[in-house]
Amino acid sequence: MLTKRIIACLDVDNGRVVKGVQFVNLRDAGDPAKCAAAHARDGADEIVLLDITATSGKRRTTLDVVSRTARCLFVPFTVGGGIRELCDAEAVFEAGADKIAVNSAAVKDPALIGQIAARFGSQAVVVAIDARRRNGGFEVFVAGGRIPTGRDALLWAQEAATCGAGEILLTSMDRDGTRVGFDCELTQRVADAVSIPVIASGGAGSARDFIEVFNSGHADAALAASIFHFGIENIAQLKRELHAANVPVRWPC
Amino acid sequence: MIAIVDYGAGNLNSVKKAFDYLGAEVVVTTQPEVIATADRIVLPGVGHFSALSGLDNTGLRDAVLQGASAGKPFLGICLGMQWLFEGSDEAPEFAGAGFFAGRCRPFPASVKSPHVGWNSLAVRPGSRLLRNVAADSFVYFTHSFQAPVVAATTAATDYGAQFSAAVEQENIFGVQFHPEKSWNVGLLILRNFCEADLRRRFVRPICEAR
Repeated sequence: MLTKRIIACLDVDNGRVVKGVQFVNLRDAGDPAKCAAAHARDGADEIVLLDITATSGKRRTTLDVVSRTARCLFVPFTVGGGIRELCDAEAVFEAGADKIAVNSAAVKDPALIGQIAARFGSQAVVVAIDARRRNGGFEVFVAGGRIPTGRDALLWAQEAATCGAGEILLTSMDRDGTRVGFDCELTQRVADAVSIPVIASGGAGSARDFIEVFNSGHADAALAASIFHFGIENIAQLKRELHAANVPVRWPC
Repeated sequence: MIAIVDYGAGNLNSVKKAFDYLGAEVVVTTQPEVIATADRIVLPGVGHFSALSGLDNTGLRDAVLQGASAGKPFLGICLGMQWLFEGSDEAPEFAGAGFFAGRCRPFPASVKSPHVGWNSLAVRPGSRLLRNVAADSFVYFTHSFQAPVVAATTAATDYGAQFSAAVEQENIFGVQFHPEKSWNVGLLILRNFCEADLRRRFVRPICEAR
């Protein structure tokens, strides 16, 4: 049976893992390569590394961090942040990523999704969407959550899938870092609107939140950062609880 | 030496990295001559079945087939495994190698496609590639088309219906999943491939016609 994936996210700034609340107030959480290896040993099904300052600071993703992290990581490894054109993606794949995540650049030019997919396959292209509740709907934000686009998250997810995205990484900005639970309504609406997998992100605080986003949010995978880095809940414990709640997970692994 | 065949489709670093980690001597190559001197051949591949046309356009197809026919252990990964069959509905104009009968088809409409994530293997006993792999081990998949279960299937996986997750006959091995991304289970499988018997030769039943 296809299992629900638990994805550990490393938000990286200047080569260090950091974590903020609602995209600001960053705290240091360690070395990316060490964090990634530790999460994989704990049972993470996948690792995502997001260079969170890359787009806003006009910097390229830190390729040496990617390369160091990828070297001994034998689970899928996604890298995002600062990927603006095909050559940025090529450099990240060359450094050892299995998938890339695009966000702002894809909103600006959706054809970028197809270009990367044509070269590396759709399975290697994750479109990251940062969405916030507004006027009864969900609006897409870009540039690390700083710039509203006026676009509807569901419509954008569908367009991204049509353009060749292999997965959607959907972050609720309202819930990011709050540990009050995923936005299941947002997740369910997007997951039901596209045929590609949807990764829920933003708000994870307890095993119950994961159970809820898989059962009522229809998520294919769920991503969390802060709760894992600071040892509040390790992935092994989380997977045991999911398994006990009859959520199909890779456990034992 | 293990040759990883680079025919211009996708990213081969992860596969090389995994063999490096196991201490194997491995090269990524676009050269038929390098394949001719290799002891073992790995054909990776991601994306659309038509990407395999890169094999034909580069003269690599013959080099790969010669190596495989000479009895060199051959491992097809993902698209590389699908290539071992006769073809795929994803690109009907393009022929597979035909080591195994049957065509690759899309998943039933009852499940989301692509099939992405960790799914379990129903391992059949006696496989050399899956030696010491526990019966319900999880491995990582990402694909939109699936190969049928055939006599050479050594592990089946269920997604909408059963499909071939691993095939094996003599020196010809194929896995639909990504062993290089399947944690310790995947590394064990790659190590088994590194240790596969060099002397056993697959006699191809149908591809002589091509």
